This record gives sequence, structure tokens and C-alpha cells, in this order.
Amino acid sequence: MRRKYQAGRRRQATTLEYIVLTILALITMLPIVYMVSTAFKPLEEMFLYPPRFFVRHPTLRNFAELLIAMDALSVPFARYLFNSLFVTVVTVVLGVILSSMAAYPLAKYPRMPGNKLFFSLVVSTLMFAPEVTQIPRYLIVDRLGLIDTYAALILPVIAGSYGLFLMKQFMEQIPVELIEAAKIDGAGEWQVFWRVVMPLVRPAWITLVIFSFIGTWNDFFTPLIFTRSEQMKTLPLVMSSIGGGPGQVARWGAVAAASMVITLPTLILFVLLQRYVMETMAHSGIKA
Amino acid sequence: MKGLNRCWQTIRYAWHEYHTMYLFMLPFTLLFLVFVVAPVLTAAYLSFTYFNVLEPPRWIGLSNYRLLFVEDDIFYQHALKNTFIFAIITGPLGYIISFTLAWFINRLRFRQLYTLAFYTPSITSSIAMSVIWLYLFANDRYGLLNYLLMEIGLITEPVAWLREQSTILPVIMIVSLWMSMGTGFLVFLAGLQDVPLELYEAGMVDGIRNALQEVFYITIPVMRPQLLFGAVMAIVNSFAVFGIAAQIAGLPSPLYAGHTIVAHLYDYGFIRFEMGYAAAIAVVLFLLTFVLGRVAMRIFSER
Repeated sequence: MRRKYQAGRRRQATTLEYIVLTILALITMLPIVYMVSTAFKPLEEMFLYPPRFFVRHPTLRNFAELLIAMDALSVPFARYLFNSLFVTVVTVVLGVILSSMAAYPLAKYPRMPGNKLFFSLVVSTLMFAPEVTQIPRYLIVDRLGLIDTYAALILPVIAGSYGLFLMKQFMEQIPVELIEAAKIDGAGEWQVFWRVVMPLVRPAWITLVIFSFIGTWNDFFTPLIFTRSEQMKTLPLVMSSIGGGPGQVARWGAVAAASMVITLPTLILFVLLQRYVMETMAHSGIKA
Repeated sequence: MKGLNRCWQTIRYAWHEYHTMYLFMLPFTLLFLVFVVAPVLTAAYLSFTYFNVLEPPRWIGLSNYRLLFVEDDIFYQHALKNTFIFAIITGPLGYIISFTLAWFINRLRFRQLYTLAFYTPSITSSIAMSVIWLYLFANDRYGLLNYLLMEIGLITEPVAWLREQSTILPVIMIVSLWMSMGTGFLVFLAGLQDVPLELYEAGMVDGIRNALQEVFYITIPVMRPQLLFGAVMAIVNSFAVFGIAAQIAGLPSPLYAGHTIVAHLYDYGFIRFEMGYAAAIAVVLFLLTFVLGRVAMRIFSER
């Protein structure tokens, strides 16, 4: 018997859909489960035959080894943590605000001179391999005398083409009538932006917060080239040196432990914020 | 003189009408010009030079491009070919899977849990995960995949997944697809919330009878901005494939089986220190993705 079709039905999926998606979700999670499991494996279990997926005798030795390795560093761990947090938070906050501010005119004033050109420029820069622009960028940061400062870790990454593109796409969907109505009520552009536009695209900028946080937090290339002193290094940079790079089999456990420690904050942030990504914005009642 | 005058008039008009908007864009634009546009233009300039990073760049005209198009067999036979195969398969596939998964998840209970499951892979740092892949796809019988397949009896000898020319690229594709439920996926999920419910109801009145029609006549048109974003990112990312390939197959990979355009670029730029040549590769890659990006824009912007 065919189920009756319901318009825009939500949360009325069939049992089959649940089963299929659950299986897919479990398969997707397997490598992650394996990573977590490896982080708790003692050395003997790491190279067993037949290979074992789950840990049998979980141990915290890998984390202890990680701590010992961290202890041997000349700068206290807290400093790296602070650097990472500070740089990430400032980059995310400034990046999201500046990209949104620039995206608003691009999305809602299509007849503004230079609009289309600027937007094409932004999208085009996404397509240029970042590997090649690193050296010119380094020279610029160096010329500005910013090497080994927090500014070098923050300023170059704030104005991301990616964030502007994302915000502009979502802002396009805001009905013009809403903005007009606010202006008739006497709101200036600044107020319209903060009181009307930003609340309406909250799912978009929360999404950008998540992307930007993950990108900045995990980025070890920027600190690698823009810092000199040990005090300015960030967590992922230090962690990657502990593992001795990919393929260093001897420290698999420590690498797995380290990657868990790095991944955890981004995962927590995502869990906390994701419900805002999926909230239905109150477009209802407005004729779009 | 007349042209200059008109130009000036446009600027005065633009400023008069939109100065608040230009001020909105000012902080972003300044940082964007200094840290994004200037490096890109410099790199484009470097593609016409010989530049070994240590000495100042020396102008050599089109030599880099001539070399790239005429003599560089590895670029043609491996880098370009592998990148195209990878992009043509993984790009659309990752895109469609992202949208489909987002659409299904949106209707489920506990959708936050499902989202977390599919999204987590793209959060984990690829360096950390490469360790896992090297184990799963290990070339000997200690590898999990080999072990499982031998247990089932599908193979009798371990397959050297990461050494065999025929299996390297597929492995890279699978891993990439696994990690690709990131940007596009989350943006689609957010975009799905933007479809006004009244539209669905109106659609039913207009004779939409099943979920598939609903997707094509209501959801996709409303989500055009998000779909365009996803498409451009899919094009950019699939043509820029390198990191995963290098971590899984090494650089250079066995018989160049995992060699990509960006791998080629990296090889010249950071191993041989021929930045000028690397820049020329970047320009070619840029033109390639730019054309495809334009096509995507045309598809999603019109109507």
C-alpha cells in the first residue's frame, strides 16, 4: 500500500530510511571509532595478527606518552593551548563579522556599481591553488613586519573568499520586503544589518563559525610559516611534530591520542552549535 | 577625456547612492586585497619568470607554459589524467551524496546524531587520519581490509592497495568521498531549513504528488544559492585534490598512479624549488576551474 504523500513532511521517514541511514552512519563512523580505539591500545595490540579493530585491554599509556612528550617541550602546554584558542576565537569572530558585512551589499544591492566584479573576484580567488600564493603572502606579511606576531596568524586568514561566498548565498534568500519594512520604520543600514539580516541568516553564520573554527584550529601551515619562536606556536603544530609526521609507525598510539586531543574541541563546538544550523528560520508569514 | 568624465560620474553616483554599503565592504576589502588578491597576482606574475625562491625572479616570458604544454609528459599522462578522472567521479558523486544525505537526514528524528556521524570525518585532521588509512589499506596481510577479504575468501593473497597502480586512485577516491560530507553537506542542511513550509503546501495544491517532484519543483529552486555554493566548492576541491593523495600514496606515488595537478605543482614548487613553473601550473589549474565555475554559475543563477 502506498503511503499518502504529505507536503513538506518532516520527521515522518519510513523505518527503511532509518535502517539504511543508520547503517551508512555506522560505516562512516568506523574509521573514527578505529582512531579512538587505537588511542587506547597498548603497544602489544597495535601489531597483532589477525588485526584487531577494537581495543581489548584499554590503556592510557598513549596519553601518558603524549604528556611526557609534551613535558619535554621548552614551553608549557598551556601556552600552546592559549595561542590556539586566542588565534582561533579572534579569527572566527572578526572573520564572520567582516565577511557578513561585505556580503550584505553584494547580496541585497545587485545594482551597486562594482558589485558583480567584486563578487567574481572573490569566487575566482577560491580557484587559485593556495600552495603557490603562500610565498607571496609570506613576503607581504614579512614586509609588514608581522612575522612571529598574533597579527600574522590572524589578519591573513580573516578575509576569506569562502566565508563571503557562503554568507552572500544565504543572504540572497532574505526577502527584500523585510529590509524595506525595517527602513520604513526608521532603521539605518547598520541597524538593518544587525537586527534584521544577521538574525535571519543565523544558520548561515553559525555554519561559517563551525567551518572557520575547524579550519583555523586545525591549520598548522599558517603558524608553521608565520611564527619563529616557540612561544608563538599553536597546538596542532606542536602535535604534528610529536607524531613525527605521517607514517611514523613507532608512535601510532601517541599520534592517535594526539589527534583525539586536537579533534575534541572542534567536535564539542559542533555538537553545541549544530542545532542552530538546523533551525527553521521564521520566513513564514512573509510573502517571498 | 569623455570616458574619464563618465567614469568619474559613475563613481560620484555610486558613492552618493551607496556609500554606506561601500563602508560595509571596506574592512573586508582591505584585508582581502592585501592578503588574498596581491598574493594571487604576484603568483600569476611569477608564472612568467624563473624563480627558485632564493634569487629574485627572472622574466622568461612564456617558457614555463611552453614547457608545460609541450614537453612535460608526466603532467599530461598522469597529473592531468588522474585529476580529471578523480574530479569527474568524485566531484558530482560527493555533491549528489551530500545533498541526498542532507535531504534524508532533515526528515529524521535524532537528525543531530546522524549529522554528527556524517560530518565528523571532515572535522578530523587528515594527517591524523592518514595513519588510520595506512592501516586499513595496508599492503600486507596485517591490513584490516586484506585480512577481512581473505577471511571471506574473496582474495587469497594480500592486495597491495597502495602500491598497485590500479588500486591507488580508487582508494584515494573512497577516502575523499568519505571526508567530503563537510562543507556542502552542512550548507545543504542549513539551506533546507530555508524552504518556506507554505511553498510545500502550495505545491500540493498545484498538483505535486510525490517527494521526488517536490524536490525538483520546490526544494531545488529555492535552494539555488546553496546549491551553487556547493557546486563551486565541489569543483574547486575536486580539482585541487592533493593532500589525501600524498598522504595515502606518497609523493611521488608508485608509477605516478596517484599523481595530481596540485601534486605536480607541489613537486616543482617545494621539492625542486621551481616556483615559476609551479605558478604556471597553478594558472592552468585556475583557468580550468574558472571555466567550470562559470558553467556552474550559469546553471544555478538563471531562470
